[in-house]
Amino acid sequence: MQSSPAPLHIPDGFLSLVISLIFWAITASMVGIAISKTNKSLGEKQIPLMGVMAAFIFAAQMLNFPVAGGTSGHFLGGALAAIVLGPWAAILVMTAVIAVQGLLFQDGGLLVMGANIFNMGLLTAVIGYGLYRAAAGRNKGIRYAAAGIGAWIAVFAAALLTSLQLWLSGTSQLQIVLPAMLGVHVLIGIGEAAVTVAALAFIEQTRPDLLDEKATAEKGGRGWVYAGIVIALFAVILSPLASAFPDGLERVAKNVGFLGMGQSAPFEILPDYTIPFLGETALSTIVAGAVGALVLLGLMIVIGQSLRKKA
Amino acid sequence: MHSNAFDRYHETESRLHRLDPRVKVVMTTLFILSNALLPDGAWTAFGLAWIFLLWANQLSNLGANFTFRRSFLALPFALAAVSAIFSPLGNPLAEWRLGSLILIPTDYGLIKFASILVRSWLSVQAAILLVATTRFPDMIHAFEHLRVPKILTTIVSFLYRYLFVLTDEVMRLLRARESRSAAAPAQRSGRSVAWRAKVMGNMAGQLFLRSYERSDRIYNAMLARGYTGQLRTLNPHVMKSSDWLFAALAIFLILLLQLIGRL
Repeated sequence: MQSSPAPLHIPDGFLSLVISLIFWAITASMVGIAISKTNKSLGEKQIPLMGVMAAFIFAAQMLNFPVAGGTSGHFLGGALAAIVLGPWAAILVMTAVIAVQGLLFQDGGLLVMGANIFNMGLLTAVIGYGLYRAAAGRNKGIRYAAAGIGAWIAVFAAALLTSLQLWLSGTSQLQIVLPAMLGVHVLIGIGEAAVTVAALAFIEQTRPDLLDEKATAEKGGRGWVYAGIVIALFAVILSPLASAFPDGLERVAKNVGFLGMGQSAPFEILPDYTIPFLGETALSTIVAGAVGALVLLGLMIVIGQSLRKKA
Repeated sequence: MHSNAFDRYHETESRLHRLDPRVKVVMTTLFILSNALLPDGAWTAFGLAWIFLLWANQLSNLGANFTFRRSFLALPFALAAVSAIFSPLGNPLAEWRLGSLILIPTDYGLIKFASILVRSWLSVQAAILLVATTRFPDMIHAFEHLRVPKILTTIVSFLYRYLFVLTDEVMRLLRARESRSAAAPAQRSGRSVAWRAKVMGNMAGQLFLRSYERSDRIYNAMLARGYTGQLRTLNPHVMKSSDWLFAALAIFLILLLQLIGRL
């Protein structure tokens, strides 16, 4: 009785420590902002709502529909959640969903959870809400089209970023993983778009108050539109380019000095997880490990403290 | 639906079950972190890490191979790492031609691939053991003690609580669709993919509204029962000296693993 695992939940061990920690840091700060925003704008009544909505996303991921050749489309839900609940609330909801999938079902790892939340929660919320917000107040057809395109690109962008993370970690070769991931998710994304639009149409019929212009605009500022469109364009332009010329991307990355990060991990801060001045000794590794753990711990405490003051 | 369908907690009496959930959460995280820190091809250390896991399994009274039996969850994802075998960084071992594609497995790539699999396999087992020996509400409480923001832990506890209810809704929706989708043998029921997607979209929308309206009723019911904005638990969660001792021992062993992996 498990949600069929989408190939986007990265397990532990597949991303390098550096990439995992970077994405944990980004995700933790974004979630921190989301928390302070929702604390300001929403009453305590919204918390049970977000909890039930998280359960809804989780349960909705069990719905699937046969596509063709034995594969079935199923639902990530990030874009739909962002459209209906607003982007900040959707980020928290998706964070909770991915955390429970990782903790309870080992669907996605713990150390890489930051990356998983970023790919499937933050990215989908920004793109899904951004594009829909751009069409707020227009007629139904345009809004549904925006929602559908948003949902499709959100899935696509998540797959793109997952491939890039795997590549930067040295886990996958770009010229193999990128076409494979994108090829699969172009199709999955179409299913996602169809279901998102159909669900929106259903909600529009029964509870139009949740989706009218005012409700949509209240949930987030115009900044989301720009962010959503820029990221969506970036994903749409980058992916075909990268798929067609993976060597090109690799060369660019090498020139910028990006690639070394994962391939043999000569990373600047903790090269090969040793502290430079301590040399290649066991002590050095232990110190490096402790530094990594402290960074994580520090992040947790900082976020906890900042919330405590606000609460 | 019975909660067993979801909950991976296994009720027994053991040292590991009694251990403070904070210690378990932190030790699991440290163990996974330690796996990530071990260099590629540190087979001795990986082997010892597995023995560490077996020891923890033994402490849990669930049987030494308890997690092993459930540990192949992450295997489908291994496909993503297969291409690591063809890393250009090592010495070529062979040359395979697949159509126009020339694949050259290298020694470095092979070691990298195997290390990724072992790391992920060990990490998954640690996580399985954590949820098998810790009740979910206790785990949430542990995260609260570890300063995870309260709003997140509250959302997660609601998610956990309503998962069962909403899964029942999903089952009802699926059963309803099933019973309306009769088909003659060897014929497909329903119409085009778009039509099927629309049916599922309606189901998702239906589920959304049921959940949305339910959350209203839930909130009112909670207020009526004295909800003040935080969930309470009866378990005190006080670190005992045995908890500290276990934590110290586990940290020592994990550091030892790192040391051995580096030699």
